[in-house]
Amino acid sequence: MGERDLRTLLDEVRRGRLSRRRFVQMIVGLGLTAPMAAQMLASAGLAQAQSKWTFNPTKRGGGGIVKTLWWQAPTLLNPHFANGTKDQDASRVFYEPLGAYDPDGNIVPVLAAEVPSLQNGQVAKDGLSVTWRLKKNVVWHDGKPFTADDVVFNWEYVMDPATSAVTVGQYRDISRIDKLDSHTVKLVFKSPMPFWSAPFCGPTGMIIPKHRFQTYKGDKSREAPTNLKPVGTGPYRFVDFKPGDIVRGELNSSYHVANRPFFDQLEMKGGGDAPSAARAVLQTGEFDYAWNMQVEDEILRRWEQGGKGRADIVSGGNIEHIQLNTTDPWTEVDGERSSTKTKHPVLIDPAVRQALNVLVDRGSVQEEIYGRTGVATANFINAPSRFVSKNTKWEFNVDKANQILDAAGWKRGADGIRAKDGKKLKFVYQTSINAPRQKTQQIVKQACAKAGIDLELKSITANVFFSSDSANPDTFPHFSTDLQMFTTTMTQPDPQRFMDQFVSWEVASKDNKWAGRNPTRWRNEEYDRAWKAAETEMDPVKRAALFVKMNDLVIQNVVVIPVVFRPRVGAISNRMRDVVQSGWDGDFWALAYWSKQT
Amino acid sequence: MPKYLLRRTLISIPVLAGISAVLFTILALAPGDPFEELATNPNVPAEVRMNLRAKFGLDDPLPVRYARWVVAMARGDWGFSFVSRVDVDTLILQRLPATLAVLGSALLLAILIAIPIGTYSALRPYSIFDQAATTLAFIGFSLPTFFTGLLFILLFSIHLDWLPFIYRADISATGWRWYWEHVRQAIMPVAVLGLFQAASMTRFMRAAVLDVVRLDYVNTARAKGLSEGTTLVKHVVRNALIPVVTLVALQIPNIFGGAIVTEQIFRVPGIGSLLIASILANDTPVVMAVTFIFSCLVVVSNLAADLLYGWLDPRISYR
Repeated sequence: MGERDLRTLLDEVRRGRLSRRRFVQMIVGLGLTAPMAAQMLASAGLAQAQSKWTFNPTKRGGGGIVKTLWWQAPTLLNPHFANGTKDQDASRVFYEPLGAYDPDGNIVPVLAAEVPSLQNGQVAKDGLSVTWRLKKNVVWHDGKPFTADDVVFNWEYVMDPATSAVTVGQYRDISRIDKLDSHTVKLVFKSPMPFWSAPFCGPTGMIIPKHRFQTYKGDKSREAPTNLKPVGTGPYRFVDFKPGDIVRGELNSSYHVANRPFFDQLEMKGGGDAPSAARAVLQTGEFDYAWNMQVEDEILRRWEQGGKGRADIVSGGNIEHIQLNTTDPWTEVDGERSSTKTKHPVLIDPAVRQALNVLVDRGSVQEEIYGRTGVATANFINAPSRFVSKNTKWEFNVDKANQILDAAGWKRGADGIRAKDGKKLKFVYQTSINAPRQKTQQIVKQACAKAGIDLELKSITANVFFSSDSANPDTFPHFSTDLQMFTTTMTQPDPQRFMDQFVSWEVASKDNKWAGRNPTRWRNEEYDRAWKAAETEMDPVKRAALFVKMNDLVIQNVVVIPVVFRPRVGAISNRMRDVVQSGWDGDFWALAYWSKQT
Repeated sequence: MPKYLLRRTLISIPVLAGISAVLFTILALAPGDPFEELATNPNVPAEVRMNLRAKFGLDDPLPVRYARWVVAMARGDWGFSFVSRVDVDTLILQRLPATLAVLGSALLLAILIAIPIGTYSALRPYSIFDQAATTLAFIGFSLPTFFTGLLFILLFSIHLDWLPFIYRADISATGWRWYWEHVRQAIMPVAVLGLFQAASMTRFMRAAVLDVVRLDYVNTARAKGLSEGTTLVKHVVRNALIPVVTLVALQIPNIFGGAIVTEQIFRVPGIGSLLIASILANDTPVVMAVTFIFSCLVVVSNLAADLLYGWLDPRISYR
């Protein structure tokens, strides 16, 4: 079934000739998933089906205390300064965005009265503006009303370069914000914005109160007392915060959703390590929820046996992958290794790349190392489902690798290592120090040895490998080896930002102090064009096709070898109810709806 | 004595200056970056990171940064954390109560165990009691705190389910319950630290008492008819305490070192866990302040040990 057939079907749904349910059944019959069908309907503007929560309690409060555990402790409570997810999550207890992202990447209104769409006319057809109608009767924790002025202020606050807000990437594309009335704002973009929910939605979209921050914009941003004592609109009011240790909140009796929240108090304790956090939820039941369980699946399964809690696994966009250098890391040009003026002597041969691609035993990596927390994949984009390519598949086949290399003229030498024209198939394969990664390196190395490729394994402390230190050649953007492996994160349900790591103008180099987002230094005009087209393409179906194309280009050219995509894992007490996690938003995206069995 | 104190204080100034210079250089040379997490996040433009680095003075040459730190420190300004953007002194003051409560109790526990057991062992050397105490002491100081800590958690929290293993400084209960909750959660970290110190201290105490108890003046005290209790407390233990006091005084900064591990295991929001978190986050101002406090403590506790000698043993004089 091609694009045209799908469009005909969608059209029939639109005219009422085909029921939504029937459409979903047909799609599922074709081997696609139900959420994907819902996605198509939604993106074709046919259903703004909003996720429904089951919510057991019928009244506000009375739930006692909910205790949550983050093994990385939150250090600050201003969402625009968040160093990482821990800070975004802690801020989310008190602050809220206009819209949140549900597990399928759909927008759920929070401070907005409704979700803008092409259908209700709030998203302009040309993609140049979007109108948000704000929920009325929302008050800040100090009693002041939440209005359009707050939304406008957040944009101004973030855009002031002296503020150095880390969220600025989401707001830069706005050229102005018009306040239409006290509860309506119109965002006007510089160019068509298919992903118009980037500002003001999800973890980077939280809104801070104008009346508390207006005197602390720019250079004085650090001095705002509200940085440490947040005043938001969220389900819990601020009680206490000790940076690096604990955040406490109490029920917000004037919360804007009726009968919510359930708990009287909330505690978010930080610090320690992931395994003991898992124990505190799964084994002793001391805590109700724990974040980011980077614990081997085998251990999680064993602890789940106790029946006190379970590991909650939701798919997101994180992908553990191996990158293949397109430039020569062993020749220095103008004081720069892996310079774009060079070509990799061996990896330019597509046969070598193809051979490596079939030598990565993703199945074993999943089975032996990651279990439920890492799923073997052939794709770079693995979610949301509408962007996932169906044209690729992975295999592990040593014989095939040998055939490919034989055919390309790479002959085994006396030492068993293949060579051609005096160049040997010897690579240095680097990654950060992390037990699962070292095990993966071993699996790949053993398979490569069988095909006459010699891998030298290198592991670098995570502190160095992931740092932005421009003087250190061992960071991943410097990529001073032939192969490297790490997880890259797709934090939004839209792959535009995520896919910029293959565009030619993002190549990491000495000129941009290795801050470029493209470490493989792969440059491809076709890819660049597709990326640029997707940036302004307003037709959701065409745009999805562009991302599928970009994914396929990367996979077919073996720019990277995806290994496993890594879902998000939390630990939840079995007594907790209605804790729904989304891979596209913070763990507290639906905090107001959490409850507990008494 | 005041002259001695003044001289020792003056000597410690260049010592501390040297320590701070070495610390600062090592921290600056260590790889890493406080804005590392921003670097790997695709949604944060590189300019933001560069801007923050410039704003916090991270791009300046090392001598400039050090000079700035020294000047600010001399004015009593400890700077602010890059990670939480909170003033460093506020951060440290927030962490101090938990550290003092846990470490103070641990030291007290160690003294309360070590002195009576050590003394009794020495008075009856090679008795069954002494053998048992010696064995336990050897086991005690050969087991590192990270091991006993985990062992305690497995036994008391997971298998027996008696004690919580996550320390919470904010307990919302009031009255007796508040005290009870605090005691309950402090039992394991205090026991881990306290028993570790008690082990070596017991051995010191035993050796010291053994030395003293054979001396002539003890026999004299007994011969002139003093009761066994008085002899023991006034003549034996007091003199035997001299080496133990040195040990305790020198251990005060060491407890902070040991506490890094223990605090991390039990999530005690103390200075040790602040230090380790700051090191991992490359938060130089906080690491600098905490390590500098550690070095001050070493210097001060050495001085305190020397002064306490004089009080315990008036024959020692200061020049």
